[in-house]
Amino acid sequence: MGAKQKRELNKILLTAALFLCLLLADRLHLAPAIFENRWLSLALYLVPYLLCGAPVLRKALLGIKNRQMFDESFLMTVATVGAFAIGENAEAAAVMLFYQVGEWFQGYAVGRSRRSITELMDIVPESANVERPGGTVETVDPDEVAVGDVLVIRPGERIPVDGTVLSGESLINTAALTGEPVPRAARSGDAVISGCINGDGLLRVRAEKAFEDSAVTRILELVETASEKKSRTESFITRFARYYTPIVVCTAVLLAIFPPLFAGGWATWIYRACAFLVISCPCALVISVPLAFFGGIGAASRGGVLVKGSNYLELMAQVRTLVSDKTGTLTMGDFRVAEVLCAPGVKRGTVLHIAALAEGLSTHPIAQSIREALGERETDLSAVTSVENVSGRGLIASVSGRRILVGSDALLASEGIVCPAVSDNAATVCRVAEDGRYLGAILIRDQVKPEAREAVSALRTQGVDQIIMLTGDRRAAGDAVGRELGVDRICAELLPAGKVAQVEALLAEQKEGKLAFVGDGINDAPVLARSDVGIAMGSLGSDAAIEAADVVIMDDDLRRIASVMGIARRTVAIARQNIVFALAVKLIVLVLSAFGVANMWTAVFADVGVAVLCILNSMRLLTVKRTI
Amino acid sequence: MKKKFNCEIDCANCAAKVEEAIAALDGVNDVKVNFMMQKFTLDADEARFDDVLRQAISVGKKIEPDFSVEC
Repeated sequence: MGAKQKRELNKILLTAALFLCLLLADRLHLAPAIFENRWLSLALYLVPYLLCGAPVLRKALLGIKNRQMFDESFLMTVATVGAFAIGENAEAAAVMLFYQVGEWFQGYAVGRSRRSITELMDIVPESANVERPGGTVETVDPDEVAVGDVLVIRPGERIPVDGTVLSGESLINTAALTGEPVPRAARSGDAVISGCINGDGLLRVRAEKAFEDSAVTRILELVETASEKKSRTESFITRFARYYTPIVVCTAVLLAIFPPLFAGGWATWIYRACAFLVISCPCALVISVPLAFFGGIGAASRGGVLVKGSNYLELMAQVRTLVSDKTGTLTMGDFRVAEVLCAPGVKRGTVLHIAALAEGLSTHPIAQSIREALGERETDLSAVTSVENVSGRGLIASVSGRRILVGSDALLASEGIVCPAVSDNAATVCRVAEDGRYLGAILIRDQVKPEAREAVSALRTQGVDQIIMLTGDRRAAGDAVGRELGVDRICAELLPAGKVAQVEALLAEQKEGKLAFVGDGINDAPVLARSDVGIAMGSLGSDAAIEAADVVIMDDDLRRIASVMGIARRTVAIARQNIVFALAVKLIVLVLSAFGVANMWTAVFADVGVAVLCILNSMRLLTVKRTI
Repeated sequence: MKKKFNCEIDCANCAAKVEEAIAALDGVNDVKVNFMMQKFTLDADEARFDDVLRQAISVGKKIEPDFSVEC
């Protein structure tokens, strides 16, 4: 609670105490001489009224002066002045008091929400230790760090800017940015991201980016501006309030003038019209709907998902079709030796060793995966006398006078070697032969992410009824991954431009709901932009992905897509509940008051009470638990 | 030049009103008054940024007395 809020609270409590004393004295007839005199009573009730209501009156006058008069302050001022005019002094003071209680509570609730969100985005480094050429270390503000400076990061400190580790070794806690509880290892040569907390080791890091370009600044910027991109629900409320308030004011004026013209009873009808104005105040909606979206975005960012606007959160709740990239999104994107099929009498190690000799120092993914499978053992390449690359088929190498073939069936067939069939369609098959003798086959496969299956079934429970996988890979490989995960449709052998065309075709055939595309943010910016919602994965620190996507998943856990959809659904549901509840209560009380059944006290409930309930409802989003 | 400040603003509606009024000022390229984050972002001509900022704050205060900016 800020100093200003405390001051306001004290003022409200003082006013409330004063008002209660007056009300008791009035109702218990303790001083009939005073309270039965209309002017004395008015003077007495004006004290608490002005005490808490002066700012409202001032705002209403200011509104009239600036020609933006139809706001809450105006409604309240007219209603209370009207009530005073017909002698309902206690009611007038009460309305102003409760209105201020409601306002105070709104301020408090928004302040709490804001704090709980800024707390979870508490990733801003306070200082940086720069190592100067002489070896002295100077502590400066993070925005004074220049690119190329050497930073010393002590255990427990926050990394001030994005950089590369020069020396030292440590575990880095990225939880505040990614929601990922397991720390990452950082060694010399690794990139580190600002905002993460250093573990036990001392790191020397070269600054690669200035503070204002670092991850931490960009992420904060995104979260802060997210609430500026309004959802359709929010814009609806704004538009609604613009027409609604003048309409209600006109109705109230009609209510105050017409019935008494024919039936008389001016005081009664003016009273009803005043109640009308109090009830109609749209603040319950104007504050609680944006608050719900704000809370939803906050809850998502606590789970390591950045949603770049309330509108995208709303769209996430309507996703019925999810299109996903394969490599790097559903799969790990790194290739590994899955199996070695050996000819009779040949050892696994021999097949791998001979293949590694032929592959030499190649950086091709297949060569790397074979070397990895062989283990740390250095391969002695001195025996390799020549290597010939047969384009698209494989390699022919001479090692100590032996002729070695490593590659496809076609390569071996061209030398008259017959290979046994391999049943695994998903893998890339690499055959190995030596001096015309078939030794075996190495099966290399990309690994499906361990959580991918779970993620797919979680998406189904969130109402996604079509999951489509796009891949540039061979059909057989795509089919194998698709079957393993249980996706509905597989589009294989697509070029990058084909992916855009495919998504466009899907958008055209989409009848209801929205289409989301998930990719790793590399090379798929056009598809991210084209789909209803673009989701980029594992993009911590990748500028292009953060730029192109609407929703950014900071680590590469696929399950977060379903969890952010869950948050989106809850947000939209809460916003709807608030709209329906507030409008229903207001409508009922409006009708009741027009017929004289509801009095000013009911009216105050319909305004302040409903606003408070709606705000409390929205605040439920702040308590969303982390599921991953 | 674009600069961001902490500000105090009481309601979403007030923020919208202040934003509208400041946007109409001469020399202002873009302005955002973010009620939820209590942030005031002003994008104005570099040469007379301070001048425009002062003007913006005073216009804001005229519309909403509770509007204040931490410079």
